[in-house]
Amino acid sequence: MTPFELWSTVVIFGPLLASVVALSARPALLRAGLVLGSLSALVGSAGLWRAVILYGPGRHLLGGWGQPLGIELWIDGFGVAMLAVTALVGALTSLYANSYFGDLSELSVRESPAGRGARFFAPLWLLLWTALNGIYLSADLFNLYVTLEILGLSAAAIVTLAVSRQATVAGMRYLLVSLIGSLLYLLGVALLYVQYGTLSLEGLAAIGPSGPIPAIALAAMTVGMAAKTALFPFHAWLPPAHAGAPAPGSAILSALVVKGSFFILVRLWFSVYGGGSPEGLVLLGVLGSGAILWGSVLALRQVSLKRLIAYSTVAQLGYLFVMFPLLIPEPGLWNADAWTGGLLLAISHALAKAAMFLAAGNMSYAVAQDRLTAISGVAHRLPMSFFAFGVGGLSLAGLPPSAGFVGKWLLLRSAFETAHWIWIAVIAVGGLLTIAYVLKVLRYALDRDEAPEDFRPVPRRMEWAAALLALAAMALGVRALELVELLLVGGPFPW
Amino acid sequence: MNPVDLYMLAGIAITLIALYAALTRAHLFWKVLAINLMGTGIFLILLAAPSRRTPEIADPLPQAMVLTGIVVAVAATALALGIALRVIARSDLPFLPDGDEDDPDSPGSTGEASR
Amino acid sequence: MVSPLWAWDGLPLAVVLSSFVPGVLIMFLREEQTLLRNTLNMTGALAKVGFVGLMLQGVAAGASYEWAFEILPGLELSLAGDALALLFVTLSAVLWLVTTVYAIGYMEASRNRTRFFAFFSLCVTATTGIAMAGDLFTFVIFYEALTWATYPLVVHSGTPEAIRAGRTYLAYTLGAGAILVVGAVGFEVTTGTVAFAAGGVVDPMAVEAEPIRYLLLFLCLLVGMGVKSAIFPIHGWLPTAMVAPAPVSALLHAVAVVKAGAFGVIRLIHSLFGIEVSWEMGLTTLVAVLASFTIIYASVRALAQTDIKRILAFSTVSQLSYIALGVALLDPLAQVGGLVHLVHQGIMKITLFFCAGVIAQTLGVKTVGAMGGVARRMPLTMAAFTVAALGMIGLPPVAGFISKWYLGLGALGAGAPWVILVLLASSLLNAAYFLPILRTAYFDEPSESWSDPWPHHRLEADWRMVLPAVITAALSLAVGVFAASDWSPLGWALLIVERGGL
Repeated sequence: MTPFELWSTVVIFGPLLASVVALSARPALLRAGLVLGSLSALVGSAGLWRAVILYGPGRHLLGGWGQPLGIELWIDGFGVAMLAVTALVGALTSLYANSYFGDLSELSVRESPAGRGARFFAPLWLLLWTALNGIYLSADLFNLYVTLEILGLSAAAIVTLAVSRQATVAGMRYLLVSLIGSLLYLLGVALLYVQYGTLSLEGLAAIGPSGPIPAIALAAMTVGMAAKTALFPFHAWLPPAHAGAPAPGSAILSALVVKGSFFILVRLWFSVYGGGSPEGLVLLGVLGSGAILWGSVLALRQVSLKRLIAYSTVAQLGYLFVMFPLLIPEPGLWNADAWTGGLLLAISHALAKAAMFLAAGNMSYAVAQDRLTAISGVAHRLPMSFFAFGVGGLSLAGLPPSAGFVGKWLLLRSAFETAHWIWIAVIAVGGLLTIAYVLKVLRYALDRDEAPEDFRPVPRRMEWAAALLALAAMALGVRALELVELLLVGGPFPW
Repeated sequence: MNPVDLYMLAGIAITLIALYAALTRAHLFWKVLAINLMGTGIFLILLAAPSRRTPEIADPLPQAMVLTGIVVAVAATALALGIALRVIARSDLPFLPDGDEDDPDSPGSTGEASR
Repeated sequence: MVSPLWAWDGLPLAVVLSSFVPGVLIMFLREEQTLLRNTLNMTGALAKVGFVGLMLQGVAAGASYEWAFEILPGLELSLAGDALALLFVTLSAVLWLVTTVYAIGYMEASRNRTRFFAFFSLCVTATTGIAMAGDLFTFVIFYEALTWATYPLVVHSGTPEAIRAGRTYLAYTLGAGAILVVGAVGFEVTTGTVAFAAGGVVDPMAVEAEPIRYLLLFLCLLVGMGVKSAIFPIHGWLPTAMVAPAPVSALLHAVAVVKAGAFGVIRLIHSLFGIEVSWEMGLTTLVAVLASFTIIYASVRALAQTDIKRILAFSTVSQLSYIALGVALLDPLAQVGGLVHLVHQGIMKITLFFCAGVIAQTLGVKTVGAMGGVARRMPLTMAAFTVAALGMIGLPPVAGFISKWYLGLGALGAGAPWVILVLLASSLLNAAYFLPILRTAYFDEPSESWSDPWPHHRLEADWRMVLPAVITAALSLAVGVFAASDWSPLGWALLIVERGGL
């Protein structure tokens, strides 16, 4: 058994098994599921990281069956980097969830809303984790579809774990967008199959899809994935859904789930289509810029804490699409700085946004409200959450030392190298807008000198989970060397 | 026109019509139904694909895909109906509200002015 | 043979960490753990002075320090300890030590001291990082970090006025910071390096090929550096930021933050573009003219103020531009003048802020009009204030005279005699806004409304605030009187220029 086979099995089937274990109503098994899922994801992605660095990209034919009928896994730097960040964010969010839904050992109030959340969050989240890991290792289009659907279904279910009417409505809307997005993707898959008779990413990349039908297929898949990634102007569903979910759910949705469909878009446009069309890349970049500006402006206008963070996700996702036109300045060339810079931003967003949502969760947990006006003075009682939010915001804004800073440096560098002046302005202005809305929250949290009176103590573990995620975003800004090396294994064109 | 192309065209037509319905129909059950139909249209395209390329050889792959797709569709439909029922239970209406209540910009918002 | 202590390679890192570690530890302390907090602060400050002392020995003996840590492929966090870096590091380390004592006294009854001291230490860390940055990438990291680390100190009091000032501060510094980052990345891509090197790294041939591109890069970087050194027209944040507590105004807004900007201008002209290239591009003239205008303009603005701290702030704006003016003139003596003023202005201005802070804290006096009788009530403090104010005007033998003398000589050498007029006008204006303060304090009748009227058998105010002011006042005299010594700031500045360290 090669290390690729061993660790890719661990990283996918560990969380899957854990989710089955967590289906049990017994609190001990619920917790065991979270631990098992976290450990297998962490260990598995670490093993794959090492393997990819040592041997380059690798593959795993599940059960010895190759394509077309069998399932093949493909392991390269991009996929492993996403696996690793998912594992880190996932493990800390699991730790958080363990305390957030009340002490899991006291599920006596199983019928209460909190009890329901506690009961179903763990299995749904572990299933979602399995799906994400599956996406990052998929080697064919249809496997991507199936994992994408599992991702979408479990994510929508997590939103509806919150009891409010708004959350239910948001969850419904999210599910509809998600299903239509996946089906548009499947339409593209079918069209490609009609044209080429293969679903293998590698095989399609070797053919180099071109012509009208593949172009229509790419357009359908892009619209579907853009809707699921909440790329401007398809973003309207995201803020209510991400803000409506329970706090650990928000963190997962904003930090990780949207990255799944983003990953597929990158795979399609670059790994399979070899860059697609320059006009298409520029269009995606323009939409990304629109997201940065419009998302930030809307974030500034919000009156609820989680809404503000959710709109910030819309804005930050825009940066990831600015990478598209910068990556291939002219046909046949690709810019390594755009690749590593854009993906570093994706990874730092995952860490920072999870930290911010968990920190915000702590603040609203403490005052039992989500209004910005209600959290005034919370900073004095929850200094660590305040710290986590601040440091996360620092990284989003691209201020040093943080992963966001090095990511932006690289992205700016690629813009200079490829002489794309307009994106430079977008990147710079977006950072300033980010600071404005992060500061808005910090100001409210510091507003009063005394802590609010009706204050519910927050478990230490929840504070630590948020702070550790923020520290990880910061640490990556001091040492991104290994991650950059990993991202370059295979690069955008791994075959 | 040979029957295979007819399947293809029918599949595309069903997909697009269903997509239109899913986007425009307001009633939640209509939406769920339309999404189901959209899936069926795509399955039709998939099933017609191999015969169009190599009519003489049976290709098991599309059938495997469609079978998997049906399973996914069943699960998705069940979840969608489940959540739709909850929406109806909580708001007494089988529709999604137009605006977004927590959005300070949307009509009917209760949000205070941002400062 | 045992190698001397100063031969340790890790010294630059130790200097940075000596304030970073206490800062981080303090974050975890509770508000009432005063003793532990003060101990951490003082230990860090003393350690920093010790490490810097070792490095001074080393550099004087001809050693140079380099420490690097790879962040991205090809981009390092690089700390270097050469003579120029040490000029600034020494200033901030010594003044941090003094200010720590002052701040412990000043903040005694204040809230949120944990936050205050934690961010204070982080600011000092960023400043030392800026001073020792071995390349532009490292410089930008610490420079931007300094921006956000200062914000909590500006808004410390939490009043609406402070929040507004904080917003102004961020709007200026982060806006310019974004331009700085763009300029820095552009510089890297254009020249292929981010390293600082004596004499510059820009190839004159390349400038001839693409003059507009280099001009834009220079302007981006100048805006980024200029905002912190408060060059007109991006000086507006500094007077507003005076709502911060006195130790912040004293150390950060008179020394650390603003000097970081001035130091950046030095790096920009001397270590990136090189003085010759900058001169040929006409950019030194641009900087010199902007600086001269700022000198006069800010002095005039200072005349119109009644709030003592605002007078001091505009005075800072004005005096800072002496540094930019000096290093932009193509003459070694002018550069010595600019460099030495970096130190001299720091020592004198911190004294003035210390005094203003003690007076405001003890008597509640904040405006010139209310200064009557203060000299009798607080003789030590006013003596310190007087020494520093006279130094600012440029009276020998206080430090400010030395700076102006060298700047003047340099201006003649650089063939720019109009600079002398600027210096003269500025001195007159300085006198015009400082002398009324002294006159009121010494000759007017005491006010009835002091919050702490007359001391009986005790010092005029908390010794922890009076002593630092007296020490820095004595220092500003000493560096003027003993300017001829090798170890005076002037001696060190001469060393830098002689070694071609610019």
